[in-house]
Amino acid sequence: MNKWTRRAFISAGVLAGGVVVFGIAIRPGNRAGKVAGLVADDNESLFNVWLKIATDNTVTAIIPHAEMGQGVHTTLAMMLADELDADWNLVDMIEAPAHIEYANYALAKGYAAGGVDFPAFLVDTVDGFFLTATKWMKLQITGGSTSVPTTGQHAMRVAGAATKAVLLQAAANRWHVPYDELTASNSMIHHAGSHREAPFASFARDAAKLDLPAKPRLKTPDEFTIMGTDVGRLDAPAKVDGSAMFGIDAVVPGMKYATVKAAPVFGTRVLSVSEASVQDMPGVRRVVNLGDAVAVVADGYWQAKQALDALAVDFDQGGDETVEQSDIFEQFSRDMDAATANGDEITDFEQGDARAALEGADRVIEAEYRVPYLSHAPMEPMNCTAWVHDGKCELWTGTQNPLGFAAEVADVLDMDIDDVVLHNQYLGGGFGRRAFPDYAIQAARIAAEVHFPVKLIWSREEDMRHDHYRQASISRFRAGLDAAGRPVAWINQYVEKHDPKEAPYIPYAIDNQYIHYAESKTHVPWGFWRSVGHSLHAFFTESFIDEVAHAAGRDPYEYRHDLLASAPRFRKVLDTAAEKSNWGAPLPENFGRGIAIHRSFGTIVAQVVEVEIVDGKAIARRAVCAVDAGFAMHPDGMKAQMESGIIYGLTAALYSNITIRRGAVAQSNFHDYPMLRIDESPEIETHIINSGERLGGAGEPGTPAIAPALANAIFDATGKRIRELPVSLHDLSSEDLGSRDVA
Amino acid sequence: MITLTINGETRNLDVDPSTPLLWAIRETAGLTGTKFGCGIAQCGACTVHLNGAPVRSCVTPVQAAAGQDVTTIEGIGSRATGLHPVQQAWIDEQVPQCGYCQSGQIMSAVALLSNNTSPTDADIDAVMRGNVCRCGAYPRIRRGIKRAAATMRDAAGIGEVADE
Ligand code: FES
Ligand code: FES
Repeated sequence: MNKWTRRAFISAGVLAGGVVVFGIAIRPGNRAGKVAGLVADDNESLFNVWLKIATDNTVTAIIPHAEMGQGVHTTLAMMLADELDADWNLVDMIEAPAHIEYANYALAKGYAAGGVDFPAFLVDTVDGFFLTATKWMKLQITGGSTSVPTTGQHAMRVAGAATKAVLLQAAANRWHVPYDELTASNSMIHHAGSHREAPFASFARDAAKLDLPAKPRLKTPDEFTIMGTDVGRLDAPAKVDGSAMFGIDAVVPGMKYATVKAAPVFGTRVLSVSEASVQDMPGVRRVVNLGDAVAVVADGYWQAKQALDALAVDFDQGGDETVEQSDIFEQFSRDMDAATANGDEITDFEQGDARAALEGADRVIEAEYRVPYLSHAPMEPMNCTAWVHDGKCELWTGTQNPLGFAAEVADVLDMDIDDVVLHNQYLGGGFGRRAFPDYAIQAARIAAEVHFPVKLIWSREEDMRHDHYRQASISRFRAGLDAAGRPVAWINQYVEKHDPKEAPYIPYAIDNQYIHYAESKTHVPWGFWRSVGHSLHAFFTESFIDEVAHAAGRDPYEYRHDLLASAPRFRKVLDTAAEKSNWGAPLPENFGRGIAIHRSFGTIVAQVVEVEIVDGKAIARRAVCAVDAGFAMHPDGMKAQMESGIIYGLTAALYSNITIRRGAVAQSNFHDYPMLRIDESPEIETHIINSGERLGGAGEPGTPAIAPALANAIFDATGKRIRELPVSLHDLSSEDLGSRDVA
Repeated sequence: MITLTINGETRNLDVDPSTPLLWAIRETAGLTGTKFGCGIAQCGACTVHLNGAPVRSCVTPVQAAAGQDVTTIEGIGSRATGLHPVQQAWIDEQVPQCGYCQSGQIMSAVALLSNNTSPTDADIDAVMRGNVCRCGAYPRIRRGIKRAAATMRDAAGIGEVADE
């Protein structure tokens, strides 16, 4: 059983879509373990892990997800409160503690919707209150844009509705009236016939003795009173006056500070370190050799940093210290060629006979694209405060996966997971980075060497050089067109396959498709990066279909529109973006317009970019975004996520380029890994389509389509096709961009 | 020992004079609203006011602030003492996402508006381009500044000023 760890799951890709958990019932008198701590005083009844009601009639939603900026705390609280018919002004939230009772089965199941099947023993716990399966997996992850479609839809809403049902039943019992004559609104229960009304809280204790229905009726959208409205984010006030507590802000009495330097070449070790070289520096307490990294502990961060910079340390050579970025791309090309030559191409998707159709095609279009490694660079560098005392380890940090972190730290310190207590803080950005526990493990190992709490803070340089990177990749395409310019064959080969499986799939009606990949391992550590595989594949596929459209002599929007005739949901999103952007209207000189569409995490997004070329440089001036996530629970929050995803994706497309030099990351800080700033930020307008289809995510789907929309706009403006990111590699004023043009 | 005024209060900080003001504020004075982002004056997360002017505290030695007035986000306004118009505008426009950059954004915006309550887009760009927001709150930051500017003009009885 222990084999079913989070890591085993994700790396094996054994994840699939489907139904989700509810939660567990905790009743007064049954306050087992750590969950009992949530019932702060005897006047509160904890119905189940997802909400509690206090005597003053306030409702607290217990949210098993981390807030990293995506507004999930607010949106999930809305979903629960609406089903409960609570007064939104009396609703608050707390984040669930990192405890096994909150394990997030949702993510495991929702992450790779449509992917591989789950082992059967994990699947049938859905209607129960207690989820055994998640305990094995130690999952409480926020990622994969799953919070709203899975936890929200299947747990928060169900918990709210089930709780309302037992409150109504308790009122029916006390007032001796039929259940059906009662109504709930604004945290009150009403009986019209007898003109009685009373607050939820007055029935809470009675209701807690009743059995919660496992499948309560959920509202239809016309009954929503909170979902679909623009309430203010619960976390906004604390984020404007400096009072929001991020991981880096944790204060534990008596704590010291540490900073760390890992072996620059991934996978190498510390050969020797001379504590004597810094022991006389001011404030220095300890030097800790972690094997693959060294840390200095001092009275303050600055003292630790000064000493770390002065520390005499040697790292060994592991064989990768000669690797250059160009070697990696050459290896990719070689491995792709070899896979084709040796017949060991790995099939992603196949329909029809693409090779035969290509043979018979009227014309063949070919192109090769490449993208670089990317760092997450969240605003808050990695950090974790750890205190090992009394056989326990306490951690204060911001993590997307509190339970997984606790499990990993327990492993490393050889403790029981119940002896690791993680206090999750606000995340100063996550984007996938804070799902990896390396920094928490380091902090715990350093803290285990001393007798006081330690706050470990990575420098920005360490953060950038020891990230888990979005993969670099090469993608090759061949498309066959018939005499009318319609695509009859689509062949795509790429390297470095990562989740989700469907990332390279296209929505277009092309009868013959063959999508395949080659393995080509490098020593560079991989990580989830906002939208994961979609971030590169949308650039590849939506750039290439644009090339195909131009080769066919067609308008790229109309060409896509025609190919989506049997995909009406896609078509509507595409048409909305085109129409709202005034597709086809004349643009000023040096401007261009580009479009792209992509589905990720169940949400379809189309974007139109207007770009201006200024002194050979591309500046996105306007972005029009159409999004269909099924239903926008919090429309302004959805818009904020689209804006955020667009700017995150534009930053990467224009500037971001992590390169390997002598085996290590060459970049170190924002001067050589530049960020998009306000003066280059486009005007953004987002148009939400509530199709009523199955709910999709919001945190990631805004990112994938923006890079191809930008590149297509640059083509429109300049006639130059961007086949390698970032755009800043190319001088758009020069005449010869097409050196890699094989079309 | 360095003596300086932080948010109107005289503080004696037992810290090496070459320590960046950022760490003196966060670790010695215990005010954690000011953030660390890059340490090399590239991101603006650490922005505070020194005698009313914005500085990057990560590259300002604490001794440069000796005997002077430092204002941090905690000194701008709070829910308890009343929010500054910029802070209120940030809530009204729902600016913060992760929120980590926002102390620095607000400090830069307050400094901008204290000199100019009718900033053009170009004025906003010139000052605010020093502050990175990795969550991409830029469109809302721009709207927040314009909203706060209008509030401040109203309060000062300046009335409508042609913007742009
Ligand atoms: S931390 Fe000072 S500018 Fe980035
Ligand atoms: S709100 Fe997250 S970095 Fe600005």
